[in-house]
Amino acid sequence: MSVPDDLRYSKEHEWVRVNGDVATVGITHFAQEQLGDVVFVELPDQGASVRQFSSLGVVESVKAASDVYAPVSGEIVERNAQVVEKPELVNQEPYGNGWLVKVRLTDTAEVGTLLSPADYRAHIGETAPSGA
Amino acid sequence: MRLPASGATTAAPVLEPLLFELEREGRAGRHVRGGENADALIPAGFRRGEPLRLPQVTESQVVRHYMHLSEVNYSVDTGMYPLGSCTMKYNPKVNDRVAALPGLADLHPRQDDASVQGALALLWELERMLVKITGMDAATLQPAAGAHAEFTAMLVFKAYHAWRGEGATRRRMIVPDSAHGTNPASAAMCGFEVTTVKSDARGNIDLDALTAALGPDVVGLMLTNPNTLGLFEERVRAVCDAVHAAGGLVYGDGANMNALLGLTRPGDLGLDCIHINVHKTFSTPHGGGGPGAGPLCVKERLRPFLPGPGVVREADGTFRRSSDDRPRSIGRVRSFFGSFGVLVRAYAYMRTLGEEGMVETSEDAILAANYLAARLKGRYALAYDRPCMHEFVLSAAAQKKKGAAALDIAKALIDEGFHPSSVYFPLIVPEAMMIEPTETEPKETLDAFADALLRIADRVESDPAPLHDAPLTAPLRRLDEVTAARHPVLRWKPPSRP
Repeated sequence: MSVPDDLRYSKEHEWVRVNGDVATVGITHFAQEQLGDVVFVELPDQGASVRQFSSLGVVESVKAASDVYAPVSGEIVERNAQVVEKPELVNQEPYGNGWLVKVRLTDTAEVGTLLSPADYRAHIGETAPSGA
Repeated sequence: MRLPASGATTAAPVLEPLLFELEREGRAGRHVRGGENADALIPAGFRRGEPLRLPQVTESQVVRHYMHLSEVNYSVDTGMYPLGSCTMKYNPKVNDRVAALPGLADLHPRQDDASVQGALALLWELERMLVKITGMDAATLQPAAGAHAEFTAMLVFKAYHAWRGEGATRRRMIVPDSAHGTNPASAAMCGFEVTTVKSDARGNIDLDALTAALGPDVVGLMLTNPNTLGLFEERVRAVCDAVHAAGGLVYGDGANMNALLGLTRPGDLGLDCIHINVHKTFSTPHGGGGPGAGPLCVKERLRPFLPGPGVVREADGTFRRSSDDRPRSIGRVRSFFGSFGVLVRAYAYMRTLGEEGMVETSEDAILAANYLAARLKGRYALAYDRPCMHEFVLSAAAQKKKGAAALDIAKALIDEGFHPSSVYFPLIVPEAMMIEPTETEPKETLDAFADALLRIADRVESDPAPLHDAPLTAPLRRLDEVTAARHPVLRWKPPSRP
C-alpha cells in the first residue's frame, strides 16, 4: 500500500500518524521512490520545538539532499535513532521502521489541515513524473 | 580494490593499483642527501618523531602510475564534457603559459608594493574588466571560489542591513526552487532563514509567490540568471523591483554568467551584486580541490562593506594595496590576495579574446545549446520548451517508464565515448538531464553527441534492460554510489601487520 488509509499527508510528502497528542512523522513511499537510495538522515534533537511547514530535518539520497518539513507544530519527544544509523529504512519501510520523529502536538487542529489519503493520491497524481 | 565484474561483454582495463600496493620494502627513487643536517636546521619541536610514510617505489614506477591514471581519465582535453551547470569549456593553454611566467609565478605575497607593480596593475585591470562586464561599480577578487563568494555576499548584505539599523529584523533570504544548493547553504551559514519560491510554468520565478514571500524581514533574493534551467528570467526587472520595494537586496549567482558576456549586464537588470565563477566563465581549471577564485562585483552602495584589500591607482600611475574605499568592511575572507595564479589565468583569457571575442563566446554557447536542444527534443522531452541560453534540461521521465532512467542514459553515454550530462538537477524536473555543450565544441562534436543520445533513445525503445549494466567499457562498471555515500573509505591505510 503506497498511500495507507490511516494516515494524513502534507503536500511536501510527509505523513503523520496521530496517537493521542503525539504524532509520528515520516516521508511517504512516493517521496522515497523519487529520492532514490537514502544515504543520510538528519533529525532535530529531542526537546526541540518545530513549527508546521518549517524545516524539520534533512534526507539525503544519492540524487539530492532534501529538507523534510514538519507537517505539524510541537515538541520533538522522540527521534528515530535507528533510521539515522540505517538510512535505508526510509526506503525499505517508509511507514514502519523508517519513521523519523514523534511530535507532541501543540495544536491538534493542525492535523485537520493536512491532506486525506484520497487528496494525497490526487496530489501525487498531479506531481508525479508524466512526460514532463 | 574492486575489479570489473566477470562476464563483461567488453574487456575492461584492469584498475591501476595504488602506489602503496606497488611498493617493495627498501626500494627508493632517489637517494636523499643532506638529511643528516636536518637536526641542526630544524628546531626539535618541529621534527617528526617517525619517518614519513612514503610509498617505496622507483621514479619510473611513479611516472608510469600517473601516466596510466591519465590514460583512463576523461577530461576536457580528451573529449566533450556536457556536464550541465558546470561549464566544462576547453581551457586555452596560453592561460597556463602566462600564469607560469616567472614574473608572476615567483612572486611572494609579502613583497612590497613597489616591487610588484605589474601584478597589482593586472589585478586592478581585472577588477575593472569584471566591473564593466557585470555592470557593477566595485569588485573584490578575494573569495576563493563561487560558494565562498556567495557567503561573502551574504556577509556584505548582513553588514549593509545592520549599518542601516535593520540587522535584527532582516533575517530571511528568498531562494528560488531552481537554485544551486549552495545558495540556501550560504544563506543558512550566515544565520539567515531560507524561504523557497516556486518557478512558474515557463520556468521563471513565480512573481506572485515572490511578492507573497517578501516583507520587512527579508534580507533579499538570491537570483541565478540565466537560471539553472538554462532559461533567461523573463521578468528580471520586475523581480528586482519587487525585492527593492520591500527593502531587500538582490544577489546574483554568476554561475551562468558565461551566457551573458557583452549581451546584457546584471547591474543594468537591477541586481545589486554578482559573483563570477572564473573557472566557468573565464576558463580557469576546475577545482578538483585545487585553488579557485570567485570575484564578487557590487553596486556602489555595497562597496564600503567589501572585504579588503583592493588595489588603488595613485595619481602618478602607481598601484598599491588598499582598503581605503572599504570603511565598513566585513574584514578579510582570504589570506593575501586570493588565488592570484587563477586570477592571472582569467585575465589572460579575457585579454586573449578581447571584448568582441567575449561576446562571440556567449553567442556561440547559446547557439550550441539551442542546436543540441533542437536535435534532441523530438526524442527526449524538453522540460521547458522555449529557447534556452547556454544550457537546457531534458526529462527522461518517459524513458524511465519504458525501463531506463536518466542515470542509465548517463552511464550509456560513457560507452558512447562521452562524459555524461548532469542528472537529477535541477530538482524541479523529474529525471532531469542537464546538458551544457559550451562554446568550445565544433558542430561535428555536437552532432556526434546528439547521435549518441538518439541511439540510446532507440535502445530504450527496443531493449532497455541492458542499459542497466552500462557502462561496459569503463575500467569500473556501475559504481555502488549508495555504499560509497553510506560507508565512504576516504583514505588508504596500511594493512594491519601481525
